[in-house]
Amino acid sequence: MTDERRPRLAARAAPYLLVAPAWLWLALFFVVPIATILSMSLMSGNLYEGYSLTWEFGNYAAAIGTYWEQIGRSLVYGACATVLCILIGYPCAYWIAFRGGAYKNAYLLLLLLPMFVSFVLRTISWKAFLADEGVILGTLKGIGLLPEDAYVLNSAVAVVFGLAYNFLPFMVLPIYAVLERMDHRVVEAARDLYAGPVRAFTRVVLPMSLPGVFAGVIMTFIPTSADYVNATVLGGAHNTMVGKVIESQYLVNNAYPMAASITFVLMAVLLVGIFSYARALGTERVMEASAR
Amino acid sequence: MESMTEPTPVGAAEAPPPSPDVPAIALEGVAKTYRSGREEVRAVSRIDLEIAQGEFFSLLGPSGCGKTTTMRMVAGFEDPTEGTVRLKGADVTRVAPDRRDVNMVFQSYALFPHMTVFDNIAFGLRRKGTPADEIRRRVGEMLELVELSGRERTKPGRMSGGQQQRVALARALVNRPSALLLDEPLGALDLKLRQSMQMELKRIQRDVGITFVYVTHDQGEALTMSDRIAVMNNGSVEQLGGPRQIYERPASRFVAGFIGTSNLLSGSVADASGGLVTFPAGDGGAVCATAEAAVGATVEVTVRPEKIALHTARPDGAGTRSRVPGTVREVVYLGASTHYTVALEGGGPGGGSAAPELTVYTQNAAGTDDGPVRGDRVWLEWSPEHSYVLPA
Ligand SMILES: Nc1ncnc2c1ncn2[C@@H]1O[C@H](COP(=O)(O)OP(=O)(O)OP(=O)(O)O)[C@@H](O)[C@H]1O
Ligand SMILES: [Mg+2]
Repeated sequence: MTDERRPRLAARAAPYLLVAPAWLWLALFFVVPIATILSMSLMSGNLYEGYSLTWEFGNYAAAIGTYWEQIGRSLVYGACATVLCILIGYPCAYWIAFRGGAYKNAYLLLLLLPMFVSFVLRTISWKAFLADEGVILGTLKGIGLLPEDAYVLNSAVAVVFGLAYNFLPFMVLPIYAVLERMDHRVVEAARDLYAGPVRAFTRVVLPMSLPGVFAGVIMTFIPTSADYVNATVLGGAHNTMVGKVIESQYLVNNAYPMAASITFVLMAVLLVGIFSYARALGTERVMEASAR
Repeated sequence: MESMTEPTPVGAAEAPPPSPDVPAIALEGVAKTYRSGREEVRAVSRIDLEIAQGEFFSLLGPSGCGKTTTMRMVAGFEDPTEGTVRLKGADVTRVAPDRRDVNMVFQSYALFPHMTVFDNIAFGLRRKGTPADEIRRRVGEMLELVELSGRERTKPGRMSGGQQQRVALARALVNRPSALLLDEPLGALDLKLRQSMQMELKRIQRDVGITFVYVTHDQGEALTMSDRIAVMNNGSVEQLGGPRQIYERPASRFVAGFIGTSNLLSGSVADASGGLVTFPAGDGGAVCATAEAAVGATVEVTVRPEKIALHTARPDGAGTRSRVPGTVREVVYLGASTHYTVALEGGGPGGGSAAPELTVYTQNAAGTDDGPVRGDRVWLEWSPEHSYVLPA
């Protein structure tokens, strides 16, 4: 009996042993920091007297009460930037995947090229780009298309455009990956079955590429709503996003518990948002409705 | 009735009543050259074909001979470089695929993975604006025809290859196109399923009476299913005819070699009289063929393996039958029949060339004892009408 069981036990344990390093990695770099921040968010005290875990749930009430505006603004900016990324990124991915021919990889490289420049530098260059007398506004004002006092910098528009610019590749790549793998004959089948180019796109290509859009939305919405560089560089004082608040609470005010609880509120809001989005989009019913 | 927003496709059955002798599909001097950079590939060169209504027509040929390209030009996915494509007489050369009254069954099925079987089959009808209750009825009929009733809510990804194949067929057939184009639709199936689907396809084609254009590189499949076959090679049609004609009277060496196993023999005519020519083959043997040729001319004949009789001794009788001696090189026992490979003796009629080998199929009737074995000397015999002389 035991003779028979021993190898079977080893065989059953093997998969767990194989994934153990991955679990360890996750535990070390995901679970531990989260647990640290979670306990920090429930502490009270200050930098000089030290912090102690007093289950201070009031931190959360204070975080929401004080910073709901910044949290809301972050979500709105993130959502706008994500929509902008879809509107620009989808045609871009479609074009590379279906029309790129032999140069697909070259186009992808072009798309990724800005990523080789530091994120902060890129954002700062947008500042020059969008300046009141800069390349765009200066020219438009020069030919009289814009009034002299028009501005973009230090406005929500500048932040959203900056965010969309910086995170565009995160939208394009997952959509491209899906479109590139798509069997082109499925599109031809739609054309063969009396669908014009537009119908073939809306009934077949678009629904089949939704998983890529879904991945792209997650990969842009989360980092854009948590970003603070764009808001700081392009948004001015009135467009602070929650990322900036967390940063200054941590690094300027040293109010660690407050910073931790804002972080958690943001995380919770994003998780709820993503899950309801997944439920709405990921279910088969939505896909079937699009088949009609 | 079609909705007003979706015009009737070109060549549709509802258009002016077509006379039965207008071909369902006509290709007139159609050619296709693919260009990529400086490279040019002549995929199809000036094909002329007329495919009658209700016909089961096969395009047969080796890989890369242009079958798919020809089919895609009929469906509208490729623009011909030259020539005209007609559907029921109407020129559709520059008409988009969604405006042509033909439907295609793709080799890979190309089912819509995000839709149920029902939605897949209903796709074409919905695009044409067919009322919902009629769609339900016609899709139901189709599912019955392909024996998939009750599976309408299934996604294609959860079906077997054969089932997906039938969904693809139903999705095209439900539109009642004037012609159905099938590009190696059975290519991905195993032999047994393939054979039962061949029967199935033939039955469906008879039942619905729609023109089928069938692409295959499997000669057995083409022979069993088709009314007519176009054998293609290097972008042009080598021979056009019924299965029997193609099999028994190949128009070229290529067709003879491509269809079935064929034995090729050539030599210079030693005797010609009364519509019979004779040339020597093997060591003391002779080949007779019903043909007209001058003495001294070189002729090439093919003999089908099942037409040849195998003897252990020199058969006697009149001199009008082909008799060739040889040595058994290979014996393959297949149950109902046995396949022999026999090497001719004496270096063959070609002189310098290696000794030709002939393949012989014999039926294993009840009571016969074991036939010749490897290394045995045998005589092959067949009647002159089975020596088919290839056109020079
Ligand atoms: N899109 C294309 N671009 C360039 N050349 C092509 C293209 N499609 C086909 N060809 C070439 O045209 C020729 C005919 O191709 P086609 O696909 O029609 O052959 P086929 O008879 O269907 O072969 P198979 O039995 O392998 O499917 C081939 O030499 C092929 O390389
Ligand atoms: Mg092909």
